[in-house]
This record gives sequence, C-alpha cells and structure tokens, in this order.
Amino acid sequence: MPKDSGIGASSKRREDLRFLTGEGRYTDDINLAGQAYVYFLRSDMAHARINRIDTSTAENMPGVLRVFTGADFEAVGGIPCGWQVTDRQGNPMQEPAHPVLARGKARHVGDPIAAVVAETYAQARNAAEAIEMDLDELPAVVDMKAALADDAPKVHDELDGNLCYDWGWIEDNKAATDAAFEAAAHVTTLELVNQRLVANPMEPRVAVGDYAKHSDESTLYTTSQNPHVIRLLMGAFVLGIPEHKLRVVAPDVGGGFGSKIFHYAEEAFCTFAAKQLRRPVKWTSTRSEAFISDAHGRDHVTRIELALDAENNFTAIRTETYANMGAYLSTFAPSVPTYLHGILMAGNYKTPNIYVNVKAVFTNTVPVDAYRGAGRPEATFQLERVIDKAARELGVDPVELRRQNFITEFPYATPVAVEYDTGDYNATMDKLLEMIDRDGFEARRAESARNGKLRGLGVNCYIEACGIAPSALVGQLGARAGLYESATVRVNATGGLVVMTGSHSHGQGHETSFAQVVADMIGIDESMVEIVHGDTANTPMGMGTYGSRSLAVGGSAMVRATEKIINKAKKIAAHLMEASEADIELKEGQFSVAGTDKSVAWGDVTLAAYVPHNYPIEEIEPGLEETAFYDPSNFTYPSGAYACEVEVDPETGKVQILSFAAADDFGNIVNPMIVDGQVHGGVAQGIGQALLEQAVYDENGQLVNASYMDYTMPRADDVPFYRVDHSCVTPCTHNPLGVKGCGEAGAIGSPPSVVNAVVDALQRAGHTHVTHIDMPLSPSRVWQAMQG
Amino acid sequence: MTQVTMTVNGEAVSGDVEGRTLLVEFLREGQGMTGTHVGCDTSQCGACVVHVDGKAVKACAVLALELEGAEVTTIEGMANADGSLGTIQQAFQDHHGLQCGFCTPGMVMSAAALLKDNPSPSEAEIREYLEGNICRCTGYHNIVKAIMAASGQDVSAIAAE
Repeated sequence: MPKDSGIGASSKRREDLRFLTGEGRYTDDINLAGQAYVYFLRSDMAHARINRIDTSTAENMPGVLRVFTGADFEAVGGIPCGWQVTDRQGNPMQEPAHPVLARGKARHVGDPIAAVVAETYAQARNAAEAIEMDLDELPAVVDMKAALADDAPKVHDELDGNLCYDWGWIEDNKAATDAAFEAAAHVTTLELVNQRLVANPMEPRVAVGDYAKHSDESTLYTTSQNPHVIRLLMGAFVLGIPEHKLRVVAPDVGGGFGSKIFHYAEEAFCTFAAKQLRRPVKWTSTRSEAFISDAHGRDHVTRIELALDAENNFTAIRTETYANMGAYLSTFAPSVPTYLHGILMAGNYKTPNIYVNVKAVFTNTVPVDAYRGAGRPEATFQLERVIDKAARELGVDPVELRRQNFITEFPYATPVAVEYDTGDYNATMDKLLEMIDRDGFEARRAESARNGKLRGLGVNCYIEACGIAPSALVGQLGARAGLYESATVRVNATGGLVVMTGSHSHGQGHETSFAQVVADMIGIDESMVEIVHGDTANTPMGMGTYGSRSLAVGGSAMVRATEKIINKAKKIAAHLMEASEADIELKEGQFSVAGTDKSVAWGDVTLAAYVPHNYPIEEIEPGLEETAFYDPSNFTYPSGAYACEVEVDPETGKVQILSFAAADDFGNIVNPMIVDGQVHGGVAQGIGQALLEQAVYDENGQLVNASYMDYTMPRADDVPFYRVDHSCVTPCTHNPLGVKGCGEAGAIGSPPSVVNAVVDALQRAGHTHVTHIDMPLSPSRVWQAMQG
Repeated sequence: MTQVTMTVNGEAVSGDVEGRTLLVEFLREGQGMTGTHVGCDTSQCGACVVHVDGKAVKACAVLALELEGAEVTTIEGMANADGSLGTIQQAFQDHHGLQCGFCTPGMVMSAAALLKDNPSPSEAEIREYLEGNICRCTGYHNIVKAIMAASGQDVSAIAAE
C-alpha cells in the first residue's frame, strides 16, 4: 500500500497552489520603489578589439541616468572561476581575466561592452543605440581543434595559446592502459560529438540590485540556484562587499538545469550600479539575450576506444576529448569535463584499465558550463555507444555484453578514483526488460515494416556520481569551495516547525518533500512543517542545488538538525514525566516512557521549551532550535537501465519515439510522484539532445539559431508517455536517508538509448554501414546516413 | 499615451499605454498582475497565454491598444469563486503537471481553451494543441495526463506507465 503521508508518500505539492493561481513570486515580479532599468549593449562580433567607446550622446538621451563601460569596473574584481584544474604536468590551468564589462576586447557574440541605466527599459535601449563604438573585428576561433593550431588567433592575448588545460585521468594508468590495448583481442573505436546545448529554463534570468545607504547594505534579487554561492563569489571576488553587508535573494525560480548556478556579470552589474546611483537597478533578460549570455552546456568532441579480451571481457578504455570552455571560464566550467566526466568513465562495468585525456579549449563562443548531468551525460553517451558498437562488431547481444561486464560486488573501487558504495545493475536491467517486452520486439518490427517504417530498439545503462560532494575530496581536485549543506530547524512554542535550508528549490518541490521527511521523523502532520529557502538573510550558509544533491546532502543536514531537536525534546519530555531520558520514545508525535502508559504530546514539550516554568533549566537551555551542517563522505551513485523504441521513416529520415522506459535505482524514495516527474523531465531533455537540439555557430562565431524560432526545444508532440520505475532500491550506505538523488538521471541515461535505437533500426533495415550518427538525429542527418 | 479600458477577470481596468505596449506589459507592469509570464521574445513559448473574448491569445503578440472593451481572463481569474482551485488547476496539482511553475499559467490557459472547444481530447490532440506551449521541466507527461483527467477521462492506465 502506498503511504498517504511522510517518507514514501506521493504528497501533493504545496507550492502548486501559488503557481497555479498566478501568485508565484519570481524575480521579474519584484519591482522596487524608484527602480531604474539597465540595457546591456552586447558585442555583435565574436572577436573584436575595442578602440574607443563614445557614450556622450547616449548620456544625454531622455531618461538616461548613466552609461557604464569596462573602465567603470577597473577598481573592482572580475568574475571568478570556482574550480582550478591541474594539468598532466602538474601545472595549474590557464585562467583568463573575466571583466564585468568587456575591456580591450570583446570575445564572443553577447559579451557585454556597455550598459545604459535609465528611468525605463525602453529609454535605456533607445540610448544604447546612440553609443558610438570604434571596434576592429578580429578573426574568430570557433572550432576547438583549429583553436589549438600554432597560428590560431588568441582569445586571450595574455595567455599562452587557447589551451586551458591538458588533463590526464589518471596519468599513472596510462602505460597499463596502452599495454592492455596492445594485448586486446578486439578493439572498438568511436569518434563522436556531444553537441553544444542551451539549458533554456523557461524563466529568463533577472537581476535586481538595491542599496540601503543608512546601513551600507546591498541586496541582490536574482534567478539563482544557490544564493549563498552568489553572495560569496560576488561579494568576496568582484565587488568587495563583506557577506554581512550583502543579501542575496533567489525567490521562486523558474527552472535552472545548471545554467542558474553560475555567477554572472549582470548580477554584479546591478548590485554595483545600484550603489553608484542610489537607485534599485533591474535587468530582465530577453530570450534572445539568454541564448548569447546564459552559459551553454556539453560541447565535447571525443574519440573513445574499448578493448576486449577473447571472452569479450572489457580490459581497457581510452578516451581523448576536446572540451569547449567558450571565451571565459564560467564558475564551474573546468570541473565539468574533468571531475564530473573522467571519474565516471568506468560506468557500470569492471574495466581494469582506464585512461581519460581531456583538452579544454578557449574559443570565441559563449562560455560553457554545467547543464543537467554536466559531464556525466558525456561520459555515459560515449561509453554506452561504444559498447553497442562493440556488441555489433562481435555479433553478441548488447544486453548480454553489458551484463557480462557489470560490476556485481560492492563497494567497488574504479580505476578512475571513485568508490561505488552500492548498486545492483542486473536488477535494474531485469526490471527494464520486464517493462519493454523485448521478446515481442520482432513482431512489432514486422508490423512497422508492413507500414513502411524501420523499427529499432536501443538499450543502455548509466551510473552517475551525485550528492555532490565530499569537501575534502573536491578540495584535492581543485574546488575552491566546500560542498556541504546546512539546515536550521526552528520549532515554535505551539509545535509547528520552520526548516531553513541552504538548498534551493526551482521546480524540485522541496517545500513538500523536505516537509515530508521532518514530519515523518517526529510523527506529526506535514502541514506543521514549513520549508524556507532562497534568502541569505534567513537561511544558514549553504551551497545550493545542483548535481542532484538537495535531498542527499541538504536533506541529510535537515535530518541531522531534526535529530538534535528530537534528542533535546526527549530530555524535556523525560523531565516532564519524571522519567529517565533513556526510556523516552517518540512515536506519532507522542513522547512516552517505555513500559508505562505515561506520555506527553509533542506540543506539550515544545511549549515547555519556550515557557520553561517546569523545566530542567540547570541542564539544558530553553528553546528548541538547532542547526546542522552535513558534509558527505562519498558521492552517491544512482544507476539504471533505459530503453527506447523508435520508428524511422526511410523516406524522410524522421525519427518517431514510440516508447521510452527507465528503470532507476535512486536508493530510498521520499516522494514517488516527484521522482517520476524528475525522470520525465530529464528524459525529455535527453530526447531533446538526441533528436532536436544543438547550438550552431557559423565560422565567424555567430550563433545562428539563437531563438525559439530556430533552436528546437522539445514540444509535447515530440515525446511519448514515459514508463518509469524506481522499485529497484539499494539504499545509499553513507547518508542517513539512504537516498541517492534523481534530478539528472533522465538527462544522463536517455541520449544513448535513443541513438542506439536509431542505429539499430537502420542496421536491421540493411544499412550496415551506419554505426553512428552524431546528435541531434535530425531527419536530414538520418536520411544522409542511410544514403551512405 | 492613450487610455485603454478593458475587463480583466471580470473587473474593469484602465491605463495609459503607448502604441507599442503589449497586452502582457499592460497586465504585468500596468496592472501589477504578474501571473502571466514572459518566456521568450518570438511568441513561441506560450508562458503568456491568456483568453481574450474567450479565445486563447499569446499576450506578447497583441497590443493593449487593440483591446478597448475586450474581456480578458488570466491565470488569476481561473480559481473557483470560493478561492479553491478550478478543475484544470486541480488536475495539474493532482497529477504533478508542473514543476518550476513558470510555463504553468500559459499551460492552464491553453488547456482551458482546448477543453472548451474539445471537451474530451485524445492524447494526440492534446499534444498537438500544446505545440505553442513549451515546458522544460515536466517532459509534458503529467501535463497531458492532467488535461485528460480534467476532461473526465480515466488516466489510471497512464499512471501505471
């Protein structure tokens, strides 16, 4: 029986009530008294030298308060990078300056050169047209391999070429891996592109800066997944504002998918300009602006080799990847192709030798950073594609080849430096096969063939590392921050609770699921628990939401704080009942003395904590409020098996997805309804990558599809109903809830099954030369592949 | 500036607008009704769908000046008179048809327009109708399911998908 409340219940989301009635409060809904508006004049060239900017005419336009250029930001810092990668020789990556407004050069289309602040947005925009700029267009570098040529134009004149780093993981594995390839019975090689994507949360970014002269306090309202991180980065590294004088508020946020993790120039600008002008300053991104100013995702070019012995056991994996950084290093960009990609290269398989090489490259394009899955989709895609190709070359069942090589004993230390604590890959594969009726596929294929369509079935596995992350480990790997999470649980006198969490909800439903956990622990109704997040002024220092970390790390902090509450409440209950603390039990909101009929209610104890007339005041303080910080001891490792069935129209190359099934092991589940929804959304983004989406740059560095007219977002009729299952449960062994995280799995696990299915369809139809098609599998690409 | 008067959710409202003022700007900035959202600038995303004289309209694609005397309904006007969620809104909550909530106003308004014309749409009809509404969170599964449920169709088989 499904539970009707607490952990494991599909509680309806309380946040829906405001979102369904138009009462959500997103950043663009915030308007402050006296607010001015900023318009950013952005470079329309990918690479240009800025000789002169004349703002004098614009300054005198109606409504203009001030025009800012790069010179106005010389006294403050640049946008910092939060991760330093060390290269194969032990040297730090090349790290360029990233000014708030461009100085000297513009380095990508969209790079902000000037900013006009005016009484209205229209006035600011009109005045921007009157700014006279003397720019020399420079040759742009767009292609990564071309960018590494000796005579390539340099994105950053002060750096030694366009190579950010050349990284090996693990360098000590290289010789043994090379030797394993020498000894291999079979080697399968695949070259592929994991194309550039745009995250595209439906809410464009917004920033509102405010300044209070009397207290010298700055406030930034922003569309962020992690307000404390923005406060730290912007305060300490850009503007020099101490944290106690800077408040960052991220209210309702309309989706993020990674792109709202990072600290952006527009946030620093609005905060800075508000103080300069003594006026609130607001910026609302248009969608067109979002395409050229939000960090993009993916953009890897990879060659992967898989070595097998004569019994088809995997013996080695060797990869070489070029990873596009774009024109500047976005906040976590260097970590994505390295520590979120290289450490996952073992996948679900016991391959003894693995060596990963990544070359990160600067180009005259929008910066690239984490997008849903971040590095792990890239690792999963190449591995699951090369395994499918190997199975075909060897004439073996791709499912059986995977099963033969599954890791089956845990904990398992991979050759790429992580230790999987638990998992059962055969269980999720069994569940998947039960869901998809593989035996019936041939009959379905024959039916499709009668209708003139080519049917294919693709299967793959995935594993990811999330619950990011142990601070000590990521510190060794170059992170310039800790990745713990925090929670304060405040119990009121009348028994209700407020949980203040450093996690941030922007669609994940924390206000509901987090309340379920706390209510379950105490045995009270969920409605007695309120979740507060998103404001540095009333939540403890937290690292925010990304990397499927909220429940595994933020939830664990909340559990620890609630445990402290319960321990203290038991002491109070023991006093009230004149019993030994060791004998006190808490069940369904009642404290009782074991073996007796004595009990006091939760509300009696909370009241006593705040009205301590009869209270052990010599032993414990009054009040009932506790804070906990939780730093995980390992990543969590969700895993699963996915399958996709497609029909290809041989006349047009159009791919139709007929069914999609996902069998996931997320460990324990708090709210199955929300988990289903997270998988649905992730799978849709993965299908979008597989079939529809790509940010396309021309050779001059122009993003040619920078709008919803041209960039193909998945729509309702591009996707089917999904079948999802998370009944296979191997609880995480190292966090108190046994949870692993579910936010990114769908986007990580789904692209390879779609591509495997299309290649399968073409192979079965006799197009045996087609072993791979690069994403997105548009009709033209599939049709061309069929033509040979 | 020209004054325009229209009925929004049953109440007469008026305001001064420029020739270029869009309906969505009139609602959000002029009237402070921020339930209607702006997700793009090419009339693709559908976050701003409202009803004008009973028909679904993208509020970013119509000028406020053209709507003198029009009857406009927005997401703020979709709840029942007693404040409880309307049938479509309730189905969205029951079936988890929203996550971040940003596309939701447009989805609900589009769904209402669809069900007015087609009281029992098929899955395919719903998916085709929603082509002008983009959601990045839900993968559409629970939106389609919620609309089917709101139209009185049995969705228990989909729940098992």
